[in-house]
Amino acid sequence: MVSARSVSVGPSSLGYTDLPWIIQHREDRCTLCGRCTAVCPKEAIYLAYRRQRMPKLDVLKKARGNEYRTFVGIRQKTNMANACIGCSMCTMVCPNEAIMPVPNTNEHRTLFFHNQKGQPQTRGGRRNVSGPNLLDRIMFDRISMLTDPALDAGRHEFNLTTTLGRTLPPEEFLKRQSEGGWIPPTREIFPFVIGSMSFGALSPNMWLGLLQGVAYCNEVLGIPVVMCTGEGGCPPWVLKSPYLKYIVLQIASGYFGWDEIIRAIPEMQCDPAAIEIKYGQGAKPGDGGLLMWFKVSKLIARLRGVPEGVDLPSPPVHQTLYSIEESVMKMIQTMSTAFGHKVPVYPKISASTSAKSVLNNLVRNPYAGGLLIDGIDGGTGAAYNISMDATGHPIASNVRECYLDLVAQGKQNEIPIFAAGGIGKNGNVTQNGMALIMLGASGVHIGKYIMQSVAGCLGNEKSRCNVCNLGICPKGITSQNPKLYRRLDPDLVAERVGEVFMSIATEAKKIMAPLGRSQSLPVGMSDALGISDKDAADRLGIRYVC
Amino acid sequence: MCRLALKTAIEPFSPYEVLTAMEAMQEGYDGSGLGLLLRGLHFEHYKYDSKHPVLSGIAHSEAAWQRLNSIMAQRGYELKYDHEFETHPEMVEAKDRYRYFVRVYKMPPAFEGKSTEEIENELMLTRLFLRANGEENGSDLTAFSFWPDVAMIKEVGWPMEIGNALTLHDNRITSRVCMAQGRQNTNYGINLYACHPFFIQGIATMTNGENTAFVPIRDWLLGKHFPGYMGYQSDSEVFAHILHYTLKQLKLPLQAYKHIITPLKNAELDKHPQGVFLKGLRDACRRLIIDGPNAVIGTLPDETCLLVMDHKKMRPATVGGRDGVWAFASEMCGVAAMVPDRDPSLDFQPMREHTIIVPPERKELTIWSQLDPYPLAQVA
Repeated sequence: MVSARSVSVGPSSLGYTDLPWIIQHREDRCTLCGRCTAVCPKEAIYLAYRRQRMPKLDVLKKARGNEYRTFVGIRQKTNMANACIGCSMCTMVCPNEAIMPVPNTNEHRTLFFHNQKGQPQTRGGRRNVSGPNLLDRIMFDRISMLTDPALDAGRHEFNLTTTLGRTLPPEEFLKRQSEGGWIPPTREIFPFVIGSMSFGALSPNMWLGLLQGVAYCNEVLGIPVVMCTGEGGCPPWVLKSPYLKYIVLQIASGYFGWDEIIRAIPEMQCDPAAIEIKYGQGAKPGDGGLLMWFKVSKLIARLRGVPEGVDLPSPPVHQTLYSIEESVMKMIQTMSTAFGHKVPVYPKISASTSAKSVLNNLVRNPYAGGLLIDGIDGGTGAAYNISMDATGHPIASNVRECYLDLVAQGKQNEIPIFAAGGIGKNGNVTQNGMALIMLGASGVHIGKYIMQSVAGCLGNEKSRCNVCNLGICPKGITSQNPKLYRRLDPDLVAERVGEVFMSIATEAKKIMAPLGRSQSLPVGMSDALGISDKDAADRLGIRYVC
Repeated sequence: MCRLALKTAIEPFSPYEVLTAMEAMQEGYDGSGLGLLLRGLHFEHYKYDSKHPVLSGIAHSEAAWQRLNSIMAQRGYELKYDHEFETHPEMVEAKDRYRYFVRVYKMPPAFEGKSTEEIENELMLTRLFLRANGEENGSDLTAFSFWPDVAMIKEVGWPMEIGNALTLHDNRITSRVCMAQGRQNTNYGINLYACHPFFIQGIATMTNGENTAFVPIRDWLLGKHFPGYMGYQSDSEVFAHILHYTLKQLKLPLQAYKHIITPLKNAELDKHPQGVFLKGLRDACRRLIIDGPNAVIGTLPDETCLLVMDHKKMRPATVGGRDGVWAFASEMCGVAAMVPDRDPSLDFQPMREHTIIVPPERKELTIWSQLDPYPLAQVA
């Protein structure tokens, strides 16, 4: 049967109530200034002129007719490409509180249409699962009270650093010390590391702000924070600066930016904090990084050694790879040699049931300086939704298993395990991080939390914003468009970095003091943990409390 | 809070003297246990050769006693002397005490000419075998120590009452070193093996405090798969094992113990003459860093005595004495009870960086500071 073309509703037609966010606009308050439509990253709203018929009936004259009123207002587009993402930039710029996006409490039907032109949904952000996660539910319940004068988080001294890099067994350390042998390099760092977010994924202003903030934490606040570059190199002025010691340089399967880095080695004033070799990422295991063409600006192109304006998909695997074991071994050794065996080198993998086998390879590799495991709740700048939501392994049990495996071998002090993936997802960054530390991690990496807390990233796990992949970040955090990233003041970002790490340090003390711990970070202190979930308690080997 | 007392003297003395010090400090414990270690033994009715190992413990039944005899005979040990305490069982809380034993054995002939290490291992394995045997049989046999010149007694109850129950004031058994702990039961159940002092291959420590880093340290020590690193009924047992690991396995000087359990801060290490080495040592032994308030008192096979504090000096301890006689105690009244004829103005209370060492000659004590240069040729 031929369809009725007079009805302009097709299979993909959507109304306001089908969208995840509905724009609520008050015409009585609107000044028609146009700021909201100008700022909207999705061009989801537009100024519309409408005509309204006003029927007119004059009974005495027996005349009838119409008058027309013209009115203007903000309207929302209902097509998928322009669907509102709830970022609220319109609300923030409105001088008159006339507009705001409201979450659709009904189930929204865009879920079924994220495949326009056969292209599955891609986005930035984290796995779309909201509410308290497992880490949020862990309690620190071994309060040292019976015998002790409690520690005072405000007045006592606390040692809040951790070791990054391989540590020798004591016997071997003493042997090499007396023989003048090689002692693997280590760093004393703050256990909360700014995780890998590339120069390319992040805007220049965001990167500059982070770097300034990290330098301030180290040099003024005395908190030895380090940050990782992510794949995509590092600006030459940073490579040749004394601030390089706060930077972990990442190499990943695209090897982007490593021409610049290798060339800069002779001119480096100091060694980088470490080298991270990315094999996997918790948010999208088995997938490489992806920088879309519109984010490859002139600066990015130069840093990465590629032409401007082309897509930069990193392959899922390292091209030198014959087998993962061999690749890990060779790359770690090569990178260690490149930096004169003075810089710790460690791989980053996605959390998975196979993480233990990678770990056991590292135990036998004398150059491996640690292992970073990234869980399913980790964030990313660009990935297929299916990878983010359904692929991967939660971090807690994976780290715990790996730690206990090292414990059984007596190697837990030799290879530090770092954990990432969803730490601070609900704002409880210190609680989440310290819980992982007590489960056996030597430290944690935080990326998305940093974007949210220091730069006001608007993304959440209820599909809000999450357009990092499109280069239209409304806050200018993940865009290479100067019109957008000039919104972000690097000085204010740096100030927030300082505030965030001061606060984490204070909270860490507030957790450690009642446990009676101050001398060293409570790595593996699982006797301090409890959870009101019997299955989780059994799986993690911690106390069930209720 | 527990209370600790140690006395070391050139002339053997009765353990009862140390119990009087415990009595002076009785506000500090709840009668949940007493542990005694005697070193440099002297028996009134037996001329003891200090090369022979002494087995001490409790047989809780006659069957256990018989098993003990047959196990020792099977392993080739010849009984030289069996010290019998004059016991008053009615004064002890526990009713399943068949026999407290301190027995001198002669090493099996098979061990003649064996290396010291082999002999030391055999002694430890024999003790662990007896312990395991007791645990397999409903905990009817408890073995505290098996080592030359060392005897140990542990019992649940008030120190003085236990001393009276075993008639320790009769001078039939005396020693040149005596360690005692009056226990305040804390986190873990009352268990004879949980009483201090803890003993492993001639090294003994006792602690007043709480080791909040117990679990990670225990996990690391268990990972060494050394047979003696086991038990852990008390969070303080790891102090003895760390001292053993430092001296016997790493073969480091006694001063390294303090650097391992409570390393200096980064800023202090930056200024320390061997700071680079000590940072490396701290990193390599990071899992052995203790935490919480602790005063650790220890003794070594050569009768050296030591006292170290936690890094924040959150537990009290005093040392005092005179040429030939020294005492460590949690409280000054404890020192006064053990060495009344000393000059109290010379008593010393160690601070966070100190290790107090009384060498075997007992002429004077050494106050060694962690900030002092570290005595090791390999880092010079």
